[in-house]
Amino acid sequence: MKLKALFNKLVSLFVLFPLAAQAEWGLNLRQGATEISQKVYDLHMFTLWIMVAIGIVVFGLIFWSIFYHRKSRGVKPAKFSHSTTVEIIWTAIPIIIIIALAVPATKLLIAMHDTSGSQVTLKATGHQWKWQYDYLDEGLTLFSNLDEKSQEIRQLKSGLNPQDHENYLLDVDQPIVLPINTKVRILTTSNDVNHAWWVPDLGWKRDAIPGFTNDNWAIIEKEGTYRGQCAELCGKDHGFMPIVVKAVPMDEYKIWVAEMKAAQDAKKNTANIVLTKEELMTQGEAVYKKVCLACHQANGQGVQGVFPALAGSAVAIDPANRLGHIHRIIYGKNLMPAFGEQLSDVEIAAVTTYERNAWGNNTGDEVQAKEVSEARNK
Amino acid sequence: MSTLAHEHDHAPSGLKRWLCSTNHKDIGTLYLIFALTMFFVGGAMAMVIRAELFEPGLQYVDPQFYNSMVTVHALVMIFGAVMPAGVGLANWMIPLMIGAPDMALPRMNNMSFWILPFGFALLLSTLFMDGGAPAGGWTMYPPLVLQTGDAFPFLIFAVHFLGISSIMGAINIIATVFNMRAPGMTLMKMPLFVWTWVITSFLLIASLPVLAGAVTMLLTDKYFGTSFFDAAGGGDPVMFQHIFWFFGHPEVYILALPAFGIISQVIPAFARKPLFGYASMVYATASIALLSFVVWAHHMFTVGMPLKGELFFMYATMLIAVPTGVKVFNWMATMWRGAMTFETPMLFAIAFVILFTIGGFSGVMLGMTPVDFQYHDTYFVVAHFHYVLLTGAVFALMSAVYYWLPKWTGYMYDEKLGKIHFWLSAISSNVLFFPQHFLGLAGMPRRIPDYNIQFADFNMISSIGGFAYGLSQLLFVYIVIKCALGGKKAKDRVWEGAKGLEWYVPSPAPHHTFETPPKLTKEMLEH
Amino acid sequence: MAGKDIYYVPHGSKWPLVGSLALFTTFIGGGMLLNSAPGAKYVLLLGAAAIVYMFAGWFAEVIAESIGGKYSKQVDTSFRMGMGWFIFSEVMFFAAFFGALYYARVFSIPWLGGEGNGGINGTHEFLWSSFQASWPMNVMPDPSKFTQYSDVIPAWGVPAVNTAILLTSGLTVTFAHWALKNAERAKLSFWLFATVALGFIFVFLQAEEYAHAMGDLNLTLNSGIYGSTFYMLTGFHGFHVTMGAVMLLIILLRCLKGHFSNKDHFAFEAVAWYWHFVDVVWLGLFIFVYWV
Ligand code: HEA
Ligand code: HEA
Ligand code: HEC
Ligand code: CUA
Ligand SMILES: [Cu+2]
Repeated sequence: MKLKALFNKLVSLFVLFPLAAQAEWGLNLRQGATEISQKVYDLHMFTLWIMVAIGIVVFGLIFWSIFYHRKSRGVKPAKFSHSTTVEIIWTAIPIIIIIALAVPATKLLIAMHDTSGSQVTLKATGHQWKWQYDYLDEGLTLFSNLDEKSQEIRQLKSGLNPQDHENYLLDVDQPIVLPINTKVRILTTSNDVNHAWWVPDLGWKRDAIPGFTNDNWAIIEKEGTYRGQCAELCGKDHGFMPIVVKAVPMDEYKIWVAEMKAAQDAKKNTANIVLTKEELMTQGEAVYKKVCLACHQANGQGVQGVFPALAGSAVAIDPANRLGHIHRIIYGKNLMPAFGEQLSDVEIAAVTTYERNAWGNNTGDEVQAKEVSEARNK
Repeated sequence: MSTLAHEHDHAPSGLKRWLCSTNHKDIGTLYLIFALTMFFVGGAMAMVIRAELFEPGLQYVDPQFYNSMVTVHALVMIFGAVMPAGVGLANWMIPLMIGAPDMALPRMNNMSFWILPFGFALLLSTLFMDGGAPAGGWTMYPPLVLQTGDAFPFLIFAVHFLGISSIMGAINIIATVFNMRAPGMTLMKMPLFVWTWVITSFLLIASLPVLAGAVTMLLTDKYFGTSFFDAAGGGDPVMFQHIFWFFGHPEVYILALPAFGIISQVIPAFARKPLFGYASMVYATASIALLSFVVWAHHMFTVGMPLKGELFFMYATMLIAVPTGVKVFNWMATMWRGAMTFETPMLFAIAFVILFTIGGFSGVMLGMTPVDFQYHDTYFVVAHFHYVLLTGAVFALMSAVYYWLPKWTGYMYDEKLGKIHFWLSAISSNVLFFPQHFLGLAGMPRRIPDYNIQFADFNMISSIGGFAYGLSQLLFVYIVIKCALGGKKAKDRVWEGAKGLEWYVPSPAPHHTFETPPKLTKEMLEH
Repeated sequence: MAGKDIYYVPHGSKWPLVGSLALFTTFIGGGMLLNSAPGAKYVLLLGAAAIVYMFAGWFAEVIAESIGGKYSKQVDTSFRMGMGWFIFSEVMFFAAFFGALYYARVFSIPWLGGEGNGGINGTHEFLWSSFQASWPMNVMPDPSKFTQYSDVIPAWGVPAVNTAILLTSGLTVTFAHWALKNAERAKLSFWLFATVALGFIFVFLQAEEYAHAMGDLNLTLNSGIYGSTFYMLTGFHGFHVTMGAVMLLIILLRCLKGHFSNKDHFAFEAVAWYWHFVDVVWLGLFIFVYWV
């Protein structure tokens, strides 16, 4: 199956190398969507060609010796064993080359460090394993998880074919939007372990370190959707916390922010919503899949020794632990993150209900948003 | 010729010979066998990695286990395969090369070996523990590594343990070289392999205790409430990275310098021409070692250092290309106008020079801070370090084994099979690692068990290369065992152009050599 | 048998293997203890006992060989180099912790407090806006996670006395060495005894100081980066002083037994070097941990 396709591609790679290179093979760094990313690309190419040139000279000389200075050709070995002149030359030339590389690199680095004069500030916070975004000037906060389709495909032995999803592992449920031609300052930090925020088209990545922020900037020049991934090992699902940035004109950006803010405010007050058991269960399952599954697994069995099983867990079945269950979700504990900020009352109610009734936890319990809202104040 | 050897050559027999040995040759053999075993253990883990990455989607292992495989693969390869192989060669060859009866501290020598199997028992046992083996990468960055389960203290103690072994080994080598040379073997007459090992030993003694300190702080952060790596208490997770890489960068030269030494022995032998620029080789090695202590932060350009720091580490990193270049050019000039033949050791040596240099080129690219912001933590880095480690250090070790195997066993290895092994290895390792450059540039992060479909083709090629490379190494084992069991008798001077004292003792080298200091002639001191 | 011009290569020895096993057992015990596994204590104790057994046996073998006249000048040099480089490796071990202290004082704390990089990249502004950098850092960035202490140990109290004690002990051990070289037995024993005594007094005072710091000042390992670096540096140093003092004590006993000649006494010198090393580390501690 795929092996054959691979073979065809290999042939085309060798035959049509230059064409194949840019088109579908993705052989090289991306030029990206900002002036900086273009400069990074240029410096990369400049360095690459210098390396190729040095390689041609050095390897050329070696191959020359291999062909002409071999015993089977009857040559007698020379006796020389040093020459101060050539040794000075081949110390000096690399120094010159290095200076030639260091000068543009220094200039570019200084430019990349200058975050002054930004008009929009975005704070990206890494969580195991999703990104939280705060638009600091707008007071807007949102979370961005791996999209559901990828989530299903990527389960071990899922039997689903990644080829069916073009943006497999590079799609999220909630992309972020940034304005084009605007200097955006992007702060990175983390809530738990180190992550790194990386969108190749912006020309850089930056670590997200708990307790510290880093800052960076970008002026995106082209509209479009730019995808990236977490680039610092952050545990089990490090490979599954992508980043999607939609770059749009300023006015569209403003509209988007307004809509998101409205939705966010609507979510804030859900304490009075009352749902039926079925509604709670379906909503709860959705929340569970999106947020909890990464650790506690689809079957609620957790991961031995790391994430406790919820199926059969005393916390999730004992009536006396009902409040404790809700509190565990709101406040977290040790490696269990706190979800009180991220989830609304009704969502927590739903997921609690779900957990108390799924995988054989047949408690029959029904938790409503009101109970969660009260639990927050206890 | 064999006047330099002991007449009644007696080796103790039985288990005791190996368990209680104080003989540098036996201990060297133990080291080499251990290293080869570990190469296969680490390689088997690499095969798990490559199998999982063969296609997109998760087929065989869950992500947590994948991360464990990556972590333990690296630790086993570095601390279990390449370092012990280097020490094994040092044990076998340094006394022979400098005319010493044994290592300076033979009992300690035995202890530095026996720690290894126990150390790895400690490390590998974590695979069976609650919460699994360490999965935070071989770099052990906090806070992630602090999430390790029961394996955590065993990881830390294994690092301590292996560190003790390496430090003892290094002290032994320094004492041997500075104290045990035969009269006439002045420092600037020593074979280059010996020089590179002395300098490596300094790196070991200066850097491993720092690693021990770093992991000790991890331990206290996890169990005793300290806050070295926790901002809430005034510490900084990045502080660990600084301390780790202060060890980690010299560590990569600990793996590379002995390889340089091997190549400097092998190339002159098969070019039948003296090593070009002996003195500058020594100085270049020393400069690399010194510089290696001031470049560490090039592994952490993306953590957000102040501009001045980034500039300093960028310049220092790029500067290392100069002394390394001197070495490459010297090897090139040694071949120039020689009369070369291409037996297996030479093939591996030439492949080393070319492929290591390719790895060095990508190293210089990584060293340029603004571009490293793109390369960092992608497969471009993975490609870089496997070029310098696998087609670099490991190829040099292969070269060394073929070069000295007849001296150790007394028999010639099967040259034809050796050449086949070389070509299989050289081709498959490039199929394995060259495409990873493209993957990295196209945006594939490292340490992920699954990837977008755009990376599928190159990953498949890479995996195929990986399996081919792995299978080819079975041939190597066959060749070595076959050679140990018998074959054509080897001459004392196995290779026509080989220089150095080791070729003046019989093949196989008797159990005891140079019990009284040899009288060195001018030819014996050539290199 | 061994002539003085032949390098002595010992025949097989079981001690290296015993040593590896002993360390292995100890590490397993330690790991089990930290994982709160049952029986950990016994494994740990067994390991520790095996280590003591290994040292005793190994050194007994070496001492017997030394007294048996098997060692040439060259062997002596090997031992010297071994000890010298071992001490250097210890220096680098301490360097890691001094490095941590330096990093915390020069980088992480000021940055958290908004100076330098921490001002530029927003660390202070967005995460710790109420934190103020200071050293010793008493109010942590997140006070809820760590215990607060009321005061630190002033340099010019016990630490200064301890400095004087260690410096004096450096002198006394040198006097003992001179006495040994001049074959003045009585003087040797006296000065060596004085050194051991000073060493133990140091450890005693240090322990008192710890009790005071933990009990009265509430300064513990959990007191943020100040407590962490303070206890790790002084703790490891204290441990080394204890080991050094024990080694000196053994040397004292060996002197009393007449093991050393005025020419041939490398074991004495090795321990003396070690003692000077803990001395120098202490000076570093006194200056950077207590004083400035
Ligand atoms: C044997 C091991 C080895 C060796 C020898 C090297 C050699 C070099 N390495 Fe490599 N490196 C590693 C092992 C090694 N490395 C490992 C294991 C990692 C990853 C660790 C991890 O994160 O897990 C790593 C990662 C790594 C990084 C971090 C990348 C990142 O994570 O973002 C960088 C960045 O600067 C780097 C740079 C270099 C440089 C400049 C050299 C130089 O020494 C190379 C010098 C050689 C040459 C340049 C070729 C010969 C010279 C000439 C022919 C002269 C002319 C050349 C010029 C003028 C350019 N290495
Ligand atoms: C000296 C060091 C060394 C060596 C020799 C190797 C050798 C190999 N390495 Fe490794 N590697 C590292 C050091 C090394 N590596 C380090 C430091 C890392 C970083 C870890 C981290 O991120 O923390 C790494 C990471 C790493 C990755 C990246 C994983 C990731 O980021 O997700 C990959 C992926 O392809 C890989 C592959 C391989 C392969 C295929 C080999 C092969 O060359 C191995 C070949 C050997 C064998 C295969 C054994 C012999 C044969 C058998 C066992 C018989 C059976 C054979 C078959 C079934 C085919 N290595
Ligand atoms: C980052 C991983 C992670 C995620 C995501 C996560 N949990 Fe947990 N959870 C944990 C860990 C670890 C524990 C164990 C905490 C402890 O006791 O130390 C835990 C414990 C629990 C417990 C208590 C179980 C017991 O037997 O002690 C409940 C209930 C729970 N989680 C519910 C949830 C819900 C609901 C969600 C989603 C909204 C969720 N978890 C998401 C890691 C996670
Ligand atoms: Cu988050 Cu990797
Ligand atoms: Cu490095």
